[in-house]
Amino acid sequence: MPGADGLDVQIETKTFGAHQVLRDIHFAASPGEVLALLAPSGTGKTTTLRIAMGLDSRFRGAVRRPAGRLGTMFQEPRLLPWLSVAANLRLVAPGLSAPEIEEYLSLAGLPGVAGHMPKQLSLGMARRVALARSLAVRPALLVMDEPFASLDTRLGAQLGHQITAHARQIGAIILMATHDLDQARIIADRLLVLSGTSPARLGADLPSASLSPLEWRQKFGFLDTEIPST
Amino acid sequence: MLALLALWWVASRLAADPGRLPGPTRVAEFAWGAAARGEMLPAMLATLARVACAFVMSMLTGIAIGMVAGRSKAADSVIDPWLVLALNLPVLMVVVLVYIWMGLTEAAAIVSVCIAKIPTVVVTVREGARALDPALDELGQSFAIPGWLRWRHILLPQMAPYVAGAARAGLSVTWKIVLIVELIGRPNGVGFELNLFFQNFDVAGIIAYGLVFSLVMLAAEAFLLQPLERRVNAWR
Repeated sequence: MPGADGLDVQIETKTFGAHQVLRDIHFAASPGEVLALLAPSGTGKTTTLRIAMGLDSRFRGAVRRPAGRLGTMFQEPRLLPWLSVAANLRLVAPGLSAPEIEEYLSLAGLPGVAGHMPKQLSLGMARRVALARSLAVRPALLVMDEPFASLDTRLGAQLGHQITAHARQIGAIILMATHDLDQARIIADRLLVLSGTSPARLGADLPSASLSPLEWRQKFGFLDTEIPST
Repeated sequence: MLALLALWWVASRLAADPGRLPGPTRVAEFAWGAAARGEMLPAMLATLARVACAFVMSMLTGIAIGMVAGRSKAADSVIDPWLVLALNLPVLMVVVLVYIWMGLTEAAAIVSVCIAKIPTVVVTVREGARALDPALDELGQSFAIPGWLRWRHILLPQMAPYVAGAARAGLSVTWKIVLIVELIGRPNGVGFELNLFFQNFDVAGIIAYGLVFSLVMLAAEAFLLQPLERRVNAWR
């Protein structure tokens, strides 16, 4: 069990109307741990993340988040279009200096756009600004929904390493949803796999090093067959 | 504009009785004379003060009610029937009734303009509040952005186009109602003067005061409201 600075998610059930979508999903994490939540798209990843973030409280169970700030990266960038990139970062972290902003943007692999307006950015760039924004709050818990989906595998893995190294350095817990088994295996310490059933359950909670790449693929290769909705 | 002036001039030439439709020059002379004698300015100022007061009050009240109605379904179910009723009240009836109930006072004049004006502000602002992006709401919530920063940077920019729209539509309605209110129950202002001219069949006076005041309102829109609207939409 993690201490007071850990994350503890206990979902008994989550229903939308009469339709039960999640059941018996229990997991916990300690500071510096990186968790990847894997599932075919449309089987409760985002719902689980929203519960973990505290945006959805209509479920049976309990969530305890670490003390300190929450950084979030949604599937869509959710930048405020009337604020510059720098102002978008300052909105969540007032008092950031210009060099600090540049530092976070570089960490997200996108230096030199602090003065841009969001509409000048491509979707992939805007998502990386959103990533920089989630880091700028120096989060105790960083929740990311498909953070590297719009990047190619190599850049995604490289950025993933960079972000997780930074998170470990500041003692943050990362919980990220992804549909990409290889990426998750490389980046995360532990993989949580939701069953593709309805309601979804926690099918596996394994350290990423516990299986060889081939074994992962043999057991959970079905995850990759789904095309992500974004 | 020039074509309109020319048409007016021709019509006044053709009119059998020049007193019924004085030409542009006659009206301009009248306006200049009234202004030079210092008669026009006090009337304009009195009306402007009423317009400003009623405009600000109905905008503030309308925005508050519209935000509540747009954000809460329960509140809207209470507000909506009243809104439908208020939107369909004849303005003249409101003005007369408020004067009877509150007396021929300045407060009554402002209140009746507000009653006539607030519903249209509520409708526009409610539309804006309904269109607020829940995704941005969640952003503020998940990052725990403090209330006033959320107001300033997330809520206000989304509401600004609607508020600006309500303001522009609102100003023209407000000043027209203010003239009616003055005509019925105030001892000064442009509406009061129009009533005097009407009783003396002084058409030049009616056109002169009416035109000059609408020019003042056009200027207010062009130099106050439009730049404001451009500013809030600048990021687009």
